[in-house]
Amino acid sequence: MSVANRSSSSPSQLKSAEPVVALHEINRHFQLGEQTVKALDAVSLELLAGDYVSVMGPSGSGKSTLLNILGLLDRPDAGAYLLNGAPTQDLSEEKRARLRQQNIGFVFQSYHLIPRMSARENIELPLILAGTAPKERARMVSEMLERLGLTARASHLPNQLSGGQRQRVAIGRAIIMKPKLLLADEPTGNLDTQSGADVVTLLEELNTQGITLVVVTHDVELGKRARRQLRMVDGRIQSDLRQSDVSD
Amino acid sequence: MKAPDLLKMVTRTINFGRTRAVLTSLGITIGIAAVALLTSIGEGVRSYVMDEFSQFGARIIAINPGKNVTGGMGGILSTVRPLSLQDAEALRQAPYVEYVVPVVQGAGAIEYKQRTRNVDIFGVSADMPAAWRFAVAQGRFLPRNNDARSSPYAVIGHKVKQELFQGESPLGQLIRIGGMRFRVIGVIEPKGDMLGFDLDDTAYIPADLALDLFNREGLMEVDVIFSPATDSTYMSALIKKMLIQRHGREDFTLITQDQMLTSLNSILSVLTLAVGLLGSISLLVGGVGILTTMTTSVRERTSEIGLLRALGATRAQVLSLFLAEAVTLSTIGGVCGLLLMGVVTALAFLFAPEFPIRPHVPFLLIALLLSSLIGLIAGVVPALQASRLNPIDALRTE
Repeated sequence: MSVANRSSSSPSQLKSAEPVVALHEINRHFQLGEQTVKALDAVSLELLAGDYVSVMGPSGSGKSTLLNILGLLDRPDAGAYLLNGAPTQDLSEEKRARLRQQNIGFVFQSYHLIPRMSARENIELPLILAGTAPKERARMVSEMLERLGLTARASHLPNQLSGGQRQRVAIGRAIIMKPKLLLADEPTGNLDTQSGADVVTLLEELNTQGITLVVVTHDVELGKRARRQLRMVDGRIQSDLRQSDVSD
Repeated sequence: MKAPDLLKMVTRTINFGRTRAVLTSLGITIGIAAVALLTSIGEGVRSYVMDEFSQFGARIIAINPGKNVTGGMGGILSTVRPLSLQDAEALRQAPYVEYVVPVVQGAGAIEYKQRTRNVDIFGVSADMPAAWRFAVAQGRFLPRNNDARSSPYAVIGHKVKQELFQGESPLGQLIRIGGMRFRVIGVIEPKGDMLGFDLDDTAYIPADLALDLFNREGLMEVDVIFSPATDSTYMSALIKKMLIQRHGREDFTLITQDQMLTSLNSILSVLTLAVGLLGSISLLVGGVGILTTMTTSVRERTSEIGLLRALGATRAQVLSLFLAEAVTLSTIGGVCGLLLMGVVTALAFLFAPEFPIRPHVPFLLIALLLSSLIGLIAGVVPALQASRLNPIDALRTE
């Protein structure tokens, strides 16, 4: 797998177009017994096409909630979320599912592969849900397997794959629909160092090709690789550092 | 999502948990087999009985002496004029009448040489084979005689011939029935049983001689077979009018074959339905099995449902996935049930061919449809549960 040099900020990423994601004053509160937990407290955030953002912070700081809101899995209690300039907060559940399908890819710590489906079928799943024609699907999945270096493993079930391979399958599944936004929740959390490094390389390569990458992580090393680093505390964005500000 | 893909995903899931799928479907299999088998037996009994009753044909009206009425002047009304041979003869002259069979029935001993056999004895007329659709295997049937006293001829059933004559030709032989001598002039072809009566263990003699033999005043029944050019309503009215004219009042009862068949048919159809419903109890149990399995399945695959939702599956898609799974499980059960039923039917056919199983294709199709429907109903609640899961919570579940 060829690796683009992560530190080179290619020109394509610098040109700032319309933001892919715009959050305005997002509130998300949970009721825990008597107590109201402000998981997100008036969070505003813009992500541009090609951004590489890491979200860090202590447990309970609202990282996951932010990711869920960004992924249209959760609805804010207040505030506006514009995806590609279009407001999403009032859309029906089925329309949000459609938006997710077309625009957002998810990568999870625990892969979330379907155990009875082969690597190929797991990658194919979003295309099936979207109703893509079988011929088209086969071509796209084969290309993807090739790109991920998994062609030889295409017919293996998840439990016949190594952790790194599983996460690569999961990434293949996340990007098969060519989303603009890729959300990764601790993508290396379950992996050994080498596999983790491979996965990060793959994610960054995708980012270089233009995908907006958001990585939520506890791993400081991983977090520091992003050109833009958000730190969250108590449901607020405490700091928002850009690569140029960071002394690496 | 395209339908073939849905089906593929469902079969993959079912195939992955094969043991569970088999056990779940088993309930439906047994239920469908029970329903199919019970209705087939019900249908078999119905058509058996109907065949038995309609083997004499549908255009038959039976006239019996006496009328079931409750009158105030019992003494007078209860004097019933017997049905006579003259009545029968008069009916023969009526329009549309094809055959008339006066019937006197009794039991008696037939003696031939040293052998004696107790059989049913029917006093009938020459019209009997045509009217009751009996065929003469050997010799001929009783001749027609006009007014004069009949000659002492007898026609015997197949079994009587076998038992009494044991290989000898019975034709022309003299036998004694109840002390009277008869000459055997024919043998009726084998007819089998009818509702327990062995139709082959009988002897037929002229009705007038039977009246003497059994010392009866009147006939027990007169069967009138009418031509297809008219219907039983018209014929009933006609016969009623004629007999009232002859007897002065209605002291007889008419039973038309189609009346009897209609009521018999509806009774037996209800019976079939009832046993079918009884069988559906096991289907219900099978449905509960599917409900259980699907509920467990939704719980186990919660994180998978979360993933599907994250990948852009709509609620409707999740719902249809689980519904399709339930319906597939139950339909597999239904098909297996019909196969099981087919095996049982085949075995019954091989080893007990007389057992009245008559698979009724519409019932089988209904049973199959029913199995799918049960899957659908049993699947609704779990599938709704699945579709309503919050994707975040679902994803968090490991």
